Amino acid sequence: MRPVSIVGTAQLPVQATTQLDLRQLGAQVVRGAMQEAGVERVDALFASNMLGDELQGQKHVAALIADESGLEGIEALQVQAAMASGSAPLRMAYLAVGSGEADLAVVVGVEKMSEGLAAPALSKALDAKEVADGATLISKNADLMRLYRKRYNVPEDGFVNFPVVAHHNARNNPNALFKDMNVNPRTVMKSRMIHDPLRLLDCSPICDGAAAVVLSPAEEARAHSPHPVRILSSTVATDRFRVGDRPNPLWLEAAHKSALKAYRLANVHRGDIDFFEVHDAFSIMACMQLEAAGFADQGQGWHLAEEKRISLRGDIPISTMGGLKARGHPIGATALYQVSEMVLQLRGRAGKNRVREAKIGMMSSVGGAGSTVITHILGI
Amino acid sequence: METSQHWRLRKQRYALVGEVCPHCESKIFPPRDICPDCGEDAREMYQFSGRGEVYSHTTVYQAPSGHAENVPYPVAIVRLEEGPLVTAQLTDVGDQPIEIGTPVEMVTRKLGADGERGMLVYGYKFRPALVER
Repeated sequence: MRPVSIVGTAQLPVQATTQLDLRQLGAQVVRGAMQEAGVERVDALFASNMLGDELQGQKHVAALIADESGLEGIEALQVQAAMASGSAPLRMAYLAVGSGEADLAVVVGVEKMSEGLAAPALSKALDAKEVADGATLISKNADLMRLYRKRYNVPEDGFVNFPVVAHHNARNNPNALFKDMNVNPRTVMKSRMIHDPLRLLDCSPICDGAAAVVLSPAEEARAHSPHPVRILSSTVATDRFRVGDRPNPLWLEAAHKSALKAYRLANVHRGDIDFFEVHDAFSIMACMQLEAAGFADQGQGWHLAEEKRISLRGDIPISTMGGLKARGHPIGATALYQVSEMVLQLRGRAGKNRVREAKIGMMSSVGGAGSTVITHILGI
Repeated sequence: METSQHWRLRKQRYALVGEVCPHCESKIFPPRDICPDCGEDAREMYQFSGRGEVYSHTTVYQAPSGHAENVPYPVAIVRLEEGPLVTAQLTDVGDQPIEIGTPVEMVTRKLGADGERGMLVYGYKFRPALVER
């Protein structure tokens, strides 16, 4: 494998609803990312989209977006991993460029959740047999949060700073869905109970969005970008599919395995990570990922939020541009937003949200309730 | 799911029949034929007692397809007394507060209607145990 760098990024503002369709959303960011990289042609396009089949009646989005982007004839494939979908084509592009099969690859994520019923469709990331028994993706997270609070004696407002910090950071991100929303601990605790004990503000929103990045071999990166960002490692791990089949349902083994492997392949230690873009689709998921990646012991992750150590000036900043919670979680596009934001951070261009002297960042994507976890470490 | 699939699942759905691993004696539910604990073949049928306790629980307000008419409904992860954790709805709850640790027992109930033809689907739910244990 040869080293691989990110040389272009593009993101559209996350919106509650957009008039653009999947092909237009995709083409806008593909062309935007290619323009930033100063390239007119790529060798391959890898696309991510989870719900198009369900909500738009549209499969086969990779070729669709390639065509709309004017990339006639190129290799174009969609890669799927439920809610971790955005990171799956990123990894495939990394492998394609790293192996020498492709010299330039674009990775694009699109999602349009504003049409139809997105929430029930998300439960398809679980075992269909459990869903037939009445479970949903949200109910699984509610189960885990209740169990966690009971087992570790967490007060009712113990998770409150996960959404508070995410929303605070989103206010300085022009692409965030909730850039104009003020959220404080009281707002969170007063928000509607949706799946007891999950409140509305413990959950990421339904929204539309698209983002893309361009990858090139690191040795050619400076020809495309004055500030390339290196992909230091890319890993995937899986866990027992059903939460109930895991020896400890409060432990995300796939997140643990993929994080440890990512540290090893990137040749970094946990303490070298300057910020962590977690998959904070639910507060409890952010907490469990921090534990799985080694930033807190089991049952202690919520203290990182309680003590605001996850804020921009804390020792492990997370969701630095709003995270899934407040930037928004347009499923298939989410990981590409995470990458684009990390590139801003590592280039020192994150404005008021800049993590000082950030040189290495980590991101994770979680499929289902932890069945698939994909981790990437980026650095300069 | 198709009718044939429901038919194949009838033993686990109506009688809580799972498997026991002949190699490491793990009790497995729902059945999966390869033991998740030791990786060996596990095809020996095992009849679970249907008794257990609430491991965690919540109330569903946004239901998956087939359950839309039932919201809100309580759903739980139940720890069977033999060990496995099973996802199931709670029923016959009445005014009784449900908590982690509440003893429950399996009953057969209508789960909902499936597909365009609206075939009624039955399966297990759990209710608060009638007899103190």
